[in-house]
Amino acid sequence: MEHIVIIGNGISGVTAARHIRKLSDKRITIISAETDYFFSRTALMYIYMGHMKYEHTKPYEDWFWKKNSIELKRGFVKEVKHSEKKLLFSDGDILSYDKLILAVGSKSNKFGWPGQDLDGVQGLYSFQDLQNLEHNAPNNKICRRAVIVGGGLIGIELAEMLHTRGIPVTFLVRESSFWNGVLPSGESEMINRHIKNHHIDLRLGVNLKEILADENGKARAVVVAETGEEIPCQLVGLTAGVTPNIDFLKDSGIELGRGIKVNRFLETNVPDVYAIGDCAEQHQAIGNRRPIEAVWYTGRMMGETVAQTLCGNRIEYNPGHWFNSAKFFDIEYQTYGWVNSDNRKPDYEEHFHWLHPDDTKCITVATHRDNGTFLGINTFGIRMRHEVFDKWLTEERSTDYVIEHLRKANFDPEFYKTFEKDIISAYSNQTVNA
Amino acid sequence: MDRIQRNMSLTGEPPKTLNTTQKIATLWGMIGLAILLLAGFNLDFPNKGIWLVVSLLSITGGIILFAKGAYGNELEGIKNHGVWFKSVSSRGFWGWISGIALTGFYVILYFYAEFLGLNANGENTGVIALFDPLSRILSGNPASQWFVYGTLYTIAIFAFGIKFIWKYRHNRYERIRTMSVMFFQTAFAFLIPEFMARLNASEAYNLPYYDLKSVWPLNYYLFDSYSLDGLLSSGNLGLYMLIFGVASIFIITPILTFKYGKRWYCSWVCGCGGLAETAGDPFRHLSDKSTFAWKVERWVIHSVLVFALVMTTALVSTYLGNDPNAYWLTKDVFLIGVGVFLTLLFAAIWFFKRDALKKDARYGAISYFVIIIALLGIHYGSGNDNIFLFEASTLRQWYGFLIGAIFSGVIGTGFYPIFGSRVWCRFGCPMAAILGIQQRLFSRFRITTNGGQCISCGNCSTYCEMGIDVRAYAQKGENIVRASCVGCGICSAVCPRGVLKLENGPMDDRIDANQVLLGNDVDLMTLVNKK
Repeated sequence: MEHIVIIGNGISGVTAARHIRKLSDKRITIISAETDYFFSRTALMYIYMGHMKYEHTKPYEDWFWKKNSIELKRGFVKEVKHSEKKLLFSDGDILSYDKLILAVGSKSNKFGWPGQDLDGVQGLYSFQDLQNLEHNAPNNKICRRAVIVGGGLIGIELAEMLHTRGIPVTFLVRESSFWNGVLPSGESEMINRHIKNHHIDLRLGVNLKEILADENGKARAVVVAETGEEIPCQLVGLTAGVTPNIDFLKDSGIELGRGIKVNRFLETNVPDVYAIGDCAEQHQAIGNRRPIEAVWYTGRMMGETVAQTLCGNRIEYNPGHWFNSAKFFDIEYQTYGWVNSDNRKPDYEEHFHWLHPDDTKCITVATHRDNGTFLGINTFGIRMRHEVFDKWLTEERSTDYVIEHLRKANFDPEFYKTFEKDIISAYSNQTVNA
Repeated sequence: MDRIQRNMSLTGEPPKTLNTTQKIATLWGMIGLAILLLAGFNLDFPNKGIWLVVSLLSITGGIILFAKGAYGNELEGIKNHGVWFKSVSSRGFWGWISGIALTGFYVILYFYAEFLGLNANGENTGVIALFDPLSRILSGNPASQWFVYGTLYTIAIFAFGIKFIWKYRHNRYERIRTMSVMFFQTAFAFLIPEFMARLNASEAYNLPYYDLKSVWPLNYYLFDSYSLDGLLSSGNLGLYMLIFGVASIFIITPILTFKYGKRWYCSWVCGCGGLAETAGDPFRHLSDKSTFAWKVERWVIHSVLVFALVMTTALVSTYLGNDPNAYWLTKDVFLIGVGVFLTLLFAAIWFFKRDALKKDARYGAISYFVIIIALLGIHYGSGNDNIFLFEASTLRQWYGFLIGAIFSGVIGTGFYPIFGSRVWCRFGCPMAAILGIQQRLFSRFRITTNGGQCISCGNCSTYCEMGIDVRAYAQKGENIVRASCVGCGICSAVCPRGVLKLENGPMDDRIDANQVLLGNDVDLMTLVNKK
């Protein structure tokens, strides 16, 4: 019986395993150095905040794996010997495979800052990171201030987490406005204000120069590059993005770039070795997507795709319309199609922006200047129907059409106030002006 | 958790700590409770009315001030911070203490009301006497233990309802729903029956206590002989009330459940649901989400339903008797009617919805159907007057004790801090069982999953008071259609990615089990969905 080994028990690896099991009775082993069972990485923040316990973040009960004869192995793979189709573990164990799926995920970026490896300096990605955080910042007596470096999705989550424990947070963001490499300025600025409303000390347009140590080698302060200001703190959160977790593959012969290089079939240069999820890097970016997509949803899609390929139906990874979501403190964010930030926006992309007076809801709709085609929407504080936007994008509807039928896409709970009228009137006014 | 040092201090750190407002609020509420407790220990308060007002206002005010302390300074949004750290809401020391205290209260209430000061043959004493002035204002009669309980129950739903509204103030569905349960409890369960009791001062009326929104079989005493006697001897009003009670079961409930799901009752109207949603809200996450618990739930709740059905059938048939001159409906006609009705219902479900039933549901349905029909058959075959092997009154006594008192009261509410707030609704309530069968098979209600947006975080499942593993459906892109869902809307509220929406829609494709996880290539999804 063919033995399929998957390194990594995150959403990509587990989705692949589940779908291979649905399609075949191959032997499947999932290896993880992180936890015994699959848990939802995106839910780590809720454990620290006390919304959930670790066991609630496990999407499947523990008996699920045995029942579906998916073997789980706890261990750290230190070397892939693809010539012998063998994995070597740090504890000396050896495991043979017939097909190998690398779903090894990411690690937090560190850009060579002095002091970045001190005690009390950490990222937030893995379960171990969460344990470290519980150690470094259990309360506001031990951690009297935290500094977060890097204004992305993980940074703002970490700020929210620390805030629930009454720990004052200074948030250093390199960009001139929060996440404005991705978000158009209207949205980004609204989130700036929301962050400050939560009493987070948000510093825009500043970089980390270095992290200073105390006599025990623990972080005691950070120095801001632009001002030279020294900010005393007991925790430094490094959240300036993530990068594929592929150090152990350096000499494996598997072609690497920033991630593990794969073709559209998610195959690496080595036969019978595949890579999916955060760690996979496409030779050629697909459409407007980035070559490396460190997103829950794309990991899931790649898992489903590779399962087809391994079960005799070789197909390309061919994601549909882009979508994503996040939550910034109390404001939910969803996006469908492409809405680019001001500095990445191609010439043909025009934006319509609507902001609710309460400053917690807004939308931005992107339109093709030449033909009025709807390109995408960012929505904050208003839930929208994925299915409807997916359909509209496929049908290449015009923005006029989308705005007029926006009510159909609303996914807010029943009895919620709706804003389609305001949005339509704002939209038609701007069209008249233009 | 090798590197983590657990903090052993008693005061705790944020988010566990109580702020000053909350401490003052707790003290204030405790003063109100202390007055009740002192009265319970037979401290004879002068001016009982004033002390009662002081006590009830303190409890209400304390709870509301506590809510202000908890949510007043927070921006609106989901703030379940520290729920699993706080001892009271995570089965810690204070959780057990409150569980034991509540359970003890229910035991005394149901079985030892004399300890509360009930005195059937004279003046009340103790805590019941404290409530006499209020009872006299409303109904004109002295208080009973049930009046004390009803008052405290209403205050709990009212005050904790305000707390709930404060907590979910950003969510209009939750605000309106909570105002609805507050209204139905105050008006229908509390005030109207008390006012109706005033009618009984006249000879023409002999109305039993009747909470009009409480539908059989939750209201299992509706068909007790004293209740039927009372309604039938109270003129047209009594008759209308009885007709309303029967219509509630056979007409009103099916229509509303078809249109809106069982939530119209369980989380908008019902008093048990009302308490669970308000006072029980801090414990909603303690429900068991395992598939094992779900299995137990299905067998237990439907067994209670069968018990209620058999008991009521026995009770009514005994009441009717065999004399066609006394009632146009005789025992025989009634029993045959019940048999025919159940057979038709069973046949209809089997014919139209067999595919929707899983294996154990089919076994359960068939075996319970056979048991009931067999009992009816034994009755006719043997000519034994003891319908269903036992005397009707014996069945009724056991039902009242086991289900009415122990299950719904002592376990259902007393164990809030241990098993979560909906133990009774989930495992025991026969009304919920009927509504659930209908919701699963014949209703427009569903929780829609929003395409592929689920990140499997688990907030929805954790905060489902009915123990539904919502995530299991959401992460597959499947809509949630579950018999037990009471439509409280919290899964949708706590979802960080806008994945869940409660809605009513067409019956076709209601579950939509092969939902395309959008964002994926259509061809891939065809393959993924292939069975």
